[in-house]
Amino acid sequence: MGTADNVADGRAGLTLGPLLFHWPAETRRDFYFRIADEAAVDTVYLGEVVCSKRAPYFEAHVAEVADRLQAGGKRVVYSTLAEVMSRLDLQVAESVAGAGEVFVEANDASALWFLDGRPHAIGPFVNTYNEDTLAFLAGNNATHVTLPPELPKASVAVLGQAARDLGVTLEVQVYGRVPLALSARCYHARAHGRIKDTCRFVCEEDPDGIDLKTLDGRSFLAVNGIQTLSHPCLNLLHELDGLRGMGIAAFRLSPHSGDMVEVARLFRAVLDGAMTPQEATRRLARTGPDLPFADGFYHGAEGYSWSREPEPAL
Amino acid sequence: MQPAFRHAGSARPYPGAATVPGSSQPGRRYQDLPRRALEPVPLFLLRPLFAAIVAGVAGRHPELFGRLGPEGGKRILIDPVNLPFVLLLRPYRYRPSLTPHRRSEAVPHDARICGTFLTLLELIDGQVDSDALFFSRDLRVDGDTAAVVALRNALDDMEVPLADDIAGHAGPLSRPMRAALGRLRTFRSSHR
Amino acid sequence: MTTPDMHRPELVCPAGTPSALRTAVDAGADAVYCGLQGPTNARNFPGLNFTAQELRQAVAYAHGRGAKVLLAVNSFPPAGRTAEWKEAVDIGVAAGADAIIVADIGVAQYAARTHPGQRLHLSVQAGASSPEAIRFYCRAFDIKRVVLPRILTVKEISDLHSRIPCEIEAFIFGNIGMMAEGRCSLSSYVTGQSTNMDGVCSPAGDVHYSEDADGALVTKLGQFTIDRFARGESAGYPTVCKGRYCTKAKSGYYAFEEPVSLNLTRLLPDLMRAGVTALKIEGRQRSRAYVKAVVAAFRRAVDAYMAGREPGLDNLLALTEGHRETQGAFRSKAWR
Repeated sequence: MGTADNVADGRAGLTLGPLLFHWPAETRRDFYFRIADEAAVDTVYLGEVVCSKRAPYFEAHVAEVADRLQAGGKRVVYSTLAEVMSRLDLQVAESVAGAGEVFVEANDASALWFLDGRPHAIGPFVNTYNEDTLAFLAGNNATHVTLPPELPKASVAVLGQAARDLGVTLEVQVYGRVPLALSARCYHARAHGRIKDTCRFVCEEDPDGIDLKTLDGRSFLAVNGIQTLSHPCLNLLHELDGLRGMGIAAFRLSPHSGDMVEVARLFRAVLDGAMTPQEATRRLARTGPDLPFADGFYHGAEGYSWSREPEPAL
Repeated sequence: MQPAFRHAGSARPYPGAATVPGSSQPGRRYQDLPRRALEPVPLFLLRPLFAAIVAGVAGRHPELFGRLGPEGGKRILIDPVNLPFVLLLRPYRYRPSLTPHRRSEAVPHDARICGTFLTLLELIDGQVDSDALFFSRDLRVDGDTAAVVALRNALDDMEVPLADDIAGHAGPLSRPMRAALGRLRTFRSSHR
Repeated sequence: MTTPDMHRPELVCPAGTPSALRTAVDAGADAVYCGLQGPTNARNFPGLNFTAQELRQAVAYAHGRGAKVLLAVNSFPPAGRTAEWKEAVDIGVAAGADAIIVADIGVAQYAARTHPGQRLHLSVQAGASSPEAIRFYCRAFDIKRVVLPRILTVKEISDLHSRIPCEIEAFIFGNIGMMAEGRCSLSSYVTGQSTNMDGVCSPAGDVHYSEDADGALVTKLGQFTIDRFARGESAGYPTVCKGRYCTKAKSGYYAFEEPVSLNLTRLLPDLMRAGVTALKIEGRQRSRAYVKAVVAAFRRAVDAYMAGREPGLDNLLALTEGHRETQGAFRSKAWR
């Protein structure tokens, strides 16, 4: 895939992860059109990974979005559902992972079953925590693996070495709210006194998820359908050099309602040595949404925490 | 997933456990028993008794202290709110100690467990689900919760409940201890 | 008189300590599951779990009384630290454990390759919730039994049964996991201690209780307030997914789940007919008194159903969290 080519020519790849939130179909289409035309990303992951009920909305424009992205020089990878449980989930997973001709990012073991050993990518929702798991997945024809966001630097380094030996490329999320948990229950519906079957897509109201605060008013988490995410926004601008040194080939930006073209430009500039991480971070803070930064997981600390001054107020 | 200490058991295993000193709940006479028995005793007389208790337990049950692992290095202040003194437990693997201190003393500690004497006795009795005591708020924990969780889990592994073990080997304290334990169990079985 | 379409299920019971294991066996457990001390299992709590020697003794005790011992090696070793997990598998095999319960793909492969005769179960932590996911693991590692996530209805379990090549173990009692098991980083988000990698959720060292001016008990995990209990209200352990929070739409509500426990006593016959091989009780972190009461109650209930009698259903409410019980997802999809 493109990212593997990037490794060959020494240029780190920048990717746009699958949109985790439920945006109106036209908003989503226009977002991807702009990404196709303007964003400095090499690979774009498409697909509904959170809720199978949302899948039809995604499918409405996927063909024209993919065409436009490819016309813009982007590689398109199709991501599968993270949690596959119901018949509908299975149909959605099979329709993506079982569709022979496209390159697929598998986000659960059922996708691996449907892929049946065809070359594929592994998404961050598969627990690739160690070199043994990585070796098994590579043996099953995974060529590119995005690591779980929880992994600390020390483990990423070991995996980077193992990936080189196995001929697999690795990707790490560097921007966006961090996925923390999945459930069978829809917490978005629950916040509105509904259940998953009667949700009426209330998640569409919140383009970056619904903020969850503690009883004493402190911002804590974000809810997106069945998914729970961090309140702060991951920012690994300062770690890009280190990650490249460990052999990480691609860096994932997770889409938010802010200006993702600008976000991509800032990360690209830092990767190319054209801007300092400090300057890029200052600009990133203005790009929106208005969230503090975090980098705790990477440093083996609390995931919500931010290792740099000034400490953002949560 | 959760560690120990969750809601469990009836909220009030017996009325006495839930009350604070000075309340007029029916369990009060059992609570007051140890204080009546111990109030006149000077602390320096109790010191060797507690030393003997912990040395005895350590000698008979070395595995108890082994099970605490790194948490065994923490100091736990045991605060029987209706007794005239507090106890500092140092559950160190090689030289554990249990020392009584005046309430007026500032005793450095890592964690504190507060409850009536009978609630604390319940904790080492092993007959009821000890989680209940925490979540009915009969037992209060502050400071290093991990040290207390470790102690509770280690106590739970004892084949003969610590309460019986101590009652059988506590010298002059054996009789009041056995009496309190007997009343506690009678009360519990009649309130099932 | 046995109902003909019911299989006699195995009652699988928790043990956090050697004495809890003996208690479970004596109370009628067909199998007991436990873990070694350290991060190799998903209940790595202070003062809990077994040494290699204690495991050997536990296996001897259980086997002497016709019960099995299942060893959970069901956390996910972070890269660079896999040796400890491999050693745990070796210890389990050497001790004569009847099955090793695995979740990590690397650990599963090590166990399958190094100990080809050893029976492997797929932990709930692997999060295999569809027939295809389960078949993937069965094909790759010769898994003999899957522990199902607590998110499926009895009907879905029944459908699943006919579509997978292994046995099914289903939870019937205890803590009800809100988040998909093995895919939750909430603990490490708040405390830096990971459920997947360290085997801990909401570690006690990060738990703080304090009483405010109104006599309310405030429970915190790390820096965050998880709940506040008014005077007289029974309290809960501060686990992120059991806390009360606020959104723009609602305030002070259980955003994920109320503190309730799963209790499927009344669905036992349905589960037995659905083809469930083993019924699992949660609670390795719970006390011996809990183990004794719950195991004995389910032993009587299962035996009664097998004999075609209606069991006198013990009131297990006293042992459930928050004193309330639920049938969770098992009864209907409305739970979702």
